[in-house]
Amino acid sequence: MTTFLARRIVYMVITMILASFIGFFLIELPPGSIVDLKIDPLRAQGGTVPQVPFEALKRRYGVDDPLHIKYWKWISRTLQGDFGTSFETDTPVAGIIAQRLPITFALTFGTALFAWLISIPLGVYLATNRGSIPDYIITFIQFLGIAIPNFALALILMVFAALVLRQDVGLGFFSPQYVGAPWSFAKFLNLLSNLWIPVVVLGASATAGLTRVMRANLLDVLNAQYIQTARAKGLQENTVVWKHAVRNAVHPLVMSIGYLLPAIVVGDALAGVILNLPTLGALYLRALQATDMYLGITILMMQCIMLLLGNLIADLLLAWVDPRVRLE
Amino acid sequence: MATIAKDAQPQTDRARRVEDVGQLSQFQLVWRRYKKNRLSVIGAVVLIVMYIMALFADFVAPYDPNEIDANHQYAQPSTIVWANGGLAIQGMRQIVDSVNFQIIYEPDPDVAHPIRLFVRGSPYVMWGFIPLDIHLFGVDAPPEANAKIFLWGADRQGRDLFSRVLKGAQISLTIGFFGVMISMVIGSIVGTASGYFGGWIDNIIQRLIELIQTFPFISLFIAIAAALPVTMPVVQRYLLITIILAFITWTSFSREVRGKVLSYRNADYTAAAIAAGASHWRVITTHMIPNAMSHIIVVASFAVPGAIAAETALSFLNLGMLPPAVSWGVLLQDAQQIKSVTLYPWLLIPLGAIVLASLCLYLLGDGLRDAVDPYA
Repeated sequence: MTTFLARRIVYMVITMILASFIGFFLIELPPGSIVDLKIDPLRAQGGTVPQVPFEALKRRYGVDDPLHIKYWKWISRTLQGDFGTSFETDTPVAGIIAQRLPITFALTFGTALFAWLISIPLGVYLATNRGSIPDYIITFIQFLGIAIPNFALALILMVFAALVLRQDVGLGFFSPQYVGAPWSFAKFLNLLSNLWIPVVVLGASATAGLTRVMRANLLDVLNAQYIQTARAKGLQENTVVWKHAVRNAVHPLVMSIGYLLPAIVVGDALAGVILNLPTLGALYLRALQATDMYLGITILMMQCIMLLLGNLIADLLLAWVDPRVRLE
Repeated sequence: MATIAKDAQPQTDRARRVEDVGQLSQFQLVWRRYKKNRLSVIGAVVLIVMYIMALFADFVAPYDPNEIDANHQYAQPSTIVWANGGLAIQGMRQIVDSVNFQIIYEPDPDVAHPIRLFVRGSPYVMWGFIPLDIHLFGVDAPPEANAKIFLWGADRQGRDLFSRVLKGAQISLTIGFFGVMISMVIGSIVGTASGYFGGWIDNIIQRLIELIQTFPFISLFIAIAAALPVTMPVVQRYLLITIILAFITWTSFSREVRGKVLSYRNADYTAAAIAAGASHWRVITTHMIPNAMSHIIVVASFAVPGAIAAETALSFLNLGMLPPAVSWGVLLQDAQQIKSVTLYPWLLIPLGAIVLASLCLYLLGDGLRDAVDPYA
């Protein structure tokens, strides 16, 4: 166990170092330096601009340095906890991310919980009532959930809310009059009225996918001989299903935790943009569109770390849930 | 006697079916199982129609998708009526509402312009080398009437949405398809090499794949696409986005193929082939690839809708295909403003196209998966 952990962690560090090369190179790739972004608006405002402040800017961001020096400067500052400054807002990246992290976190966990709470019982029901009418109907709905891209679903629900429910949409979590207001019951209701679209959009494909997998796995397990033995012993059907079968069918659900952690960092970026949610995903997209490089690379690296951590946690959990899985 | 014969009928039928199984090719067997999944067959038919329409988009579309027309800004879908023994569109009057500064259209029930097939219209160059000006359909109206047929309405610049969705299909339906094709080829080669030779080759390839997979798919896609210069010509951009898609998706293919090849590698028939003196090349091309092929095709058919959605999303965010190129994602940019969608709901039609294509592709994949699996 200890050697397993130690090896995995060493391995993660190496992967992260390589990933940081690639990530930095990618984010650095778009043409035009950061300083151009700063200078162009000034130039547009009028006439000649003194060269002196640009030289300072260029030196500060190391625009003319070769790539490996830039990388070195960036990685050494990052490791000391300084993630750089956002060019767009001129504020530290760490602050911007810290501001959005809690809400992204809450949203991701909320939707994951939603997905699990629905998909486990639903999957069990469908597997034990195979071929019934609800099975067909729900299977078809699931199919839609998987097939419709998330951003398309976001648009559909927004238009539905706007046209049919006459709701103001695309405002984020609160209607304008509640944004700065202290917490009250009315504000809570307002939050709920704005929250259902993101939860459905973000949860739909996860719920559909997990239910499908749960159903398929449970069907396999229910054919196993030890289930027959359990029934032959005269156990209650409920005990057979929940204690003997479900426990052996939850592996994919456990593995899905591996994807949950990176999702905390971005959420669904596209749905976030469309629904105007203050999540990190929407921020990441904007950072890339505006070539706001330090903001972009920080979020990208956070995602990579979360993905690696998520996989590690999923492996450990799997070994804990299922003694047959050996950590080597 | 008659009743006995009736009873015997299904049995002989069944017996015949079992009998001829041995004479059918694998393709015929797959086809026989595939046909049973009605929903999947419908999906495939719809897809074929969509691809054919995309192939002949310039001909099927009544107008040039980029033709700006100030007289038809946000024109609503034409009302189609039966007049003078044929289909016709009702005349429209453009009225500028001087209070809200909004353009509204009023139907003119006295005027009807007949719809004709194979009319001459705006010139185009089919597939880049056949100059034509014949369109599948159009309206027969005097030039001063300024009448146009808008099956799905017009956008803010008076461009025909139907023509634009068709033209957009040329990009949106193909970019994901070609991306997955390339990725399938790369993934199969790398995966076969990895699984067949094992050892240090396998080790290096697997570490490389893990490294690429450290980046979440959509984040990586967006980061690379954001690096493409805005001024790049459409064709070049199209090619590069296809390649980027392939570069990001080949890893999962390669893993699938490797898994399959690993299991065939240990099979007795492989050992027999090697013992009989077959070369690596022969073992790979006659035993590994044909065996893994059906699995690869199924994985690919599930990957295409994801790739199509990725391109559409990227274009929607202004990071993929950019105007004047027309893709479904570009068209959806107009639908981002909820206010204009509530006023002009037909702007959402491209969304319907995406959902339909995606749904049909999943149905196709679902049917194929069940059809190629001999144990299903």
